[in-house]
Amino acid sequence: MNIASGNADAGKVERTVNKIELKNITVRYGKHTVLNNFSLNVESGQILGIVGPSGCGKTTVVRAICGFLDPQEGTVSISGNTMFDRSKRINVPPENRNVGVVFQDYAVWPHLTVYENTAYPLRKHGVPKDKIPAQVEEALKLVNMSSYSKYLPSQLSGGQQQRVAIARALTSSSELLIMDEPITNLDAKLREQMLLEIRMMQEKLGTTIVYITHDQEAAMQLCDRIVIMQPDGSIAQIGTDEEIISKPANRFVFSFVGVSNFLPVKKSGDKLCLDYPNDQTCFSQKIPADFPKNSDKADMGIRPMDIVFDESSPVRVKINSATFFGNIYNYFIDLAGQEYRVQRITSGNEEDEKYVEGLETGIRFLSCKYFERG
Amino acid sequence: MNQQVTNKDFLMLEGKRKRGLSMDKIMTILCYVALITVVILPCVMIIYYTFWDGTKIDFEMFRSVLFQQDNLKAMKNTLIIAVFATLFATVVGVFFAWLLGRSDIPLKGIMKFLFSIPFMIPPFLAAMSWDMMFSGRGGYVNKMLMSLLHLTKAPFNINSIAGIIVIEVVYYFPFVYMQVVSALERMDPTLEESARIAGAGQLHVIRTITLPLTVPAISSGVLLVLITSLSNYGIPSMVGYSKGIFTLPTMIVELMNRAGGSFTGIRQAAALSIVLFIVVAIALMIQRRLLTHGRYDIIKGKSMRPMLIKLRGAKIPLLIVSFVFLTLVVIAPIVMIILVSFNKAWGLPFTAENLTFMHYVNVVTKNKMVTDSVKNSLFLAFSAGAICLLLGTMLAYVIYKVKPRGGALLEMMAVLPYSLPGTVMSIGCILAWSGAFFGISLYNTIWIILVAYIARYLSYVLKSSSAALQQVHPSLEEAARSCGASHYDALKDVTLLLIKPAMLSGFFLVFLPCMRELTTSILLYGPKTRTLGVAIYQLRTNGQINQAAALSVMTIILIIIMNNIVKYITRDRRKY
Repeated sequence: MNIASGNADAGKVERTVNKIELKNITVRYGKHTVLNNFSLNVESGQILGIVGPSGCGKTTVVRAICGFLDPQEGTVSISGNTMFDRSKRINVPPENRNVGVVFQDYAVWPHLTVYENTAYPLRKHGVPKDKIPAQVEEALKLVNMSSYSKYLPSQLSGGQQQRVAIARALTSSSELLIMDEPITNLDAKLREQMLLEIRMMQEKLGTTIVYITHDQEAAMQLCDRIVIMQPDGSIAQIGTDEEIISKPANRFVFSFVGVSNFLPVKKSGDKLCLDYPNDQTCFSQKIPADFPKNSDKADMGIRPMDIVFDESSPVRVKINSATFFGNIYNYFIDLAGQEYRVQRITSGNEEDEKYVEGLETGIRFLSCKYFERG
Repeated sequence: MNQQVTNKDFLMLEGKRKRGLSMDKIMTILCYVALITVVILPCVMIIYYTFWDGTKIDFEMFRSVLFQQDNLKAMKNTLIIAVFATLFATVVGVFFAWLLGRSDIPLKGIMKFLFSIPFMIPPFLAAMSWDMMFSGRGGYVNKMLMSLLHLTKAPFNINSIAGIIVIEVVYYFPFVYMQVVSALERMDPTLEESARIAGAGQLHVIRTITLPLTVPAISSGVLLVLITSLSNYGIPSMVGYSKGIFTLPTMIVELMNRAGGSFTGIRQAAALSIVLFIVVAIALMIQRRLLTHGRYDIIKGKSMRPMLIKLRGAKIPLLIVSFVFLTLVVIAPIVMIILVSFNKAWGLPFTAENLTFMHYVNVVTKNKMVTDSVKNSLFLAFSAGAICLLLGTMLAYVIYKVKPRGGALLEMMAVLPYSLPGTVMSIGCILAWSGAFFGISLYNTIWIILVAYIARYLSYVLKSSSAALQQVHPSLEEAARSCGASHYDALKDVTLLLIKPAMLSGFFLVFLPCMRELTTSILLYGPKTRTLGVAIYQLRTNGQINQAAALSVMTIILIIIMNNIVKYITRDRRKY
């Protein structure tokens, strides 16, 4: 499958491996450093998700790969060819980097029809005129837009424009795609569908995709590997979705991938105890293996689902509020003056009605993670 | 392996090309060069001539010019005219804005059309027509009134300061009207409705809610009128010159003409230009201050239908008053020019036997000065339009997309001539382009007029192109780059195509004022380089008033046609 035939052109960069390597990239805007010594490898043929809160530098990474900005330091190479290296004075312009880009705001040209939009990269890559229609047709078919080729973007819905943007990126390079928040502007139902379609398309073409999003759930659904970026622009963790859920690298990752509570705890001899000024109840007779080695104190990260009510537990709490959300109960509890969140799946019996506002009871912790006190 | 090596070389080559002058850098440098030559040099030359007497720095001359009796009088006249014209134009403009924006007066469409007419007629033509109606004993309306009422003296004298004020009021009130009516139409109606619910009467609401909320719009209209009036040349020269009434702009032209090329004469004109510039600059500074302060957020993004105030019994009287007024000030001058253009000779009554097409035929076929001037004006308007289109769009691109260091400086240089009175700009052009630099002398050639036009109207294209450019999201161009388009391709295939309608309307925004220009060309024209405006002006000064009228009518028709083309093009923009 070769929709983009940019590599047929002898003058273009030969792409044998669709690998992206970023080495020690530093990007500054004035005094503000967005990326500091940032390194990342994108393996061929997989979907790599770059996830992080808004403003953490995700888009800066993409722009450095595409050549829309020049980093102050570092090198960018694609398929083994150096694209940017300040020390060697190499800076390949965006048009010769052979990456397809899908922008957050689609960036479908409003003055060109769907067909013209999709054919544009082929024209620019010097594909013979008689071969263009077939390739455009193929790309449009992949995104289910064949019947719209004569439409102007203003006549299309957001989701349709997004498909055109993907088709255009595919004709530009069917081997290396960069998608910057491609589905953020779509409604929830359409997002789900587009994720599936992107996945199917990727499996069909074996495309390497870098997928940027702030939505960790979408990333986990779609990506083979996920990079979690911290607000300061550094990488917190790289791994599969299971790795990130089961072994969060730090407190930030833990809180970023789901609703989380953090309780201060400390070692007290062989026992594990709470560490509030007014409550130092010990609740476990052994120190867990993942407790930080170099300190007696730590933060215990725990999901609302992993806290259960247990009248017999020594850890005493008061229920501040209880709300029913469809199939779960959502509680806010008071522990030593701090508020935490607890969730329970509805059981359907009188157990549900037991924990009411104002009730004082005990809690137990099921699975939890320990992080250095930040 | 071999493949890899050639690739590396290729990349190094690419890298090297980037080190040289990129397209962005070339454009930035071009912008600087163009603006410095066209805008900065003339300004510098005015200052240089004023304070350098050939051997040393000299403030004495500036002082003597400043305190010369005639010049002081011209200053006084300028200020009196500007202040009163602004005052009355504001009252009339706000009244009509309220009437059309907020009341249920009928026939709004016709009235709105009538308001757009003064925008199409150059001020000196309007002044000429008023002069035909009300000049002493010769004006047609004066003559009619004298015979009707058996007066021995002419009832009106347009050739006076009051006359100039009247013409300026009539000509400028639509400026205020436009500013205020758009604010009124977009004002959140709930602001007024809540005042009514709170128990305030209609007049009370107008006084305490509507008026204060439109103050920013009114004040920006006021200053627009004030500045235009201060630098206006056409009206005072048309009606004031014959009676020796001078304002600063007409005085500058007079000094320049009297100088006849003498060094001191030119220096005096330059000094007076500085005075005029300072006066305008003060007005501009006040404007900037007012505009940054009194902004209220009364204008909501979504359009809504404002509550219309019922005029009830006042409806018909107000309608009659409005139409009488509009007929008098908008239609009468045009009718006057048309009538005169078909009349055999100036002063003859408008009867069937005096009807003739002779003047049109003469103007078009027999008068070489006129035919030359039409050619010149067309050439100037086309070239200035095209050059401003290219330069202005390039400037907009550099300022808003390339964003080089000193981009704000570029923008300042480009909009400077917009606030500079045309007379001042022309004096600067004369000083700069009469052999002062590299021995280039453009004086008496058509090129000096072209340079002046470009400087004056460049900001029009800059405004329309930059507004459009700011709507072209950077990702559209980046998308093209990532699709394999070079920087130049992306610019050509995407950005320029998207802002094409704005560029085209920018062209006409320059073309139109160039066609009807008088202020700049009256100072710069040579024996063979008269423009339409100059031709009309001279026909009239030579006493060929009917021919002047015929040429005016043709000019107005041309302007109306062009105006409609602009409207058509700008409407086309909504396609996307």
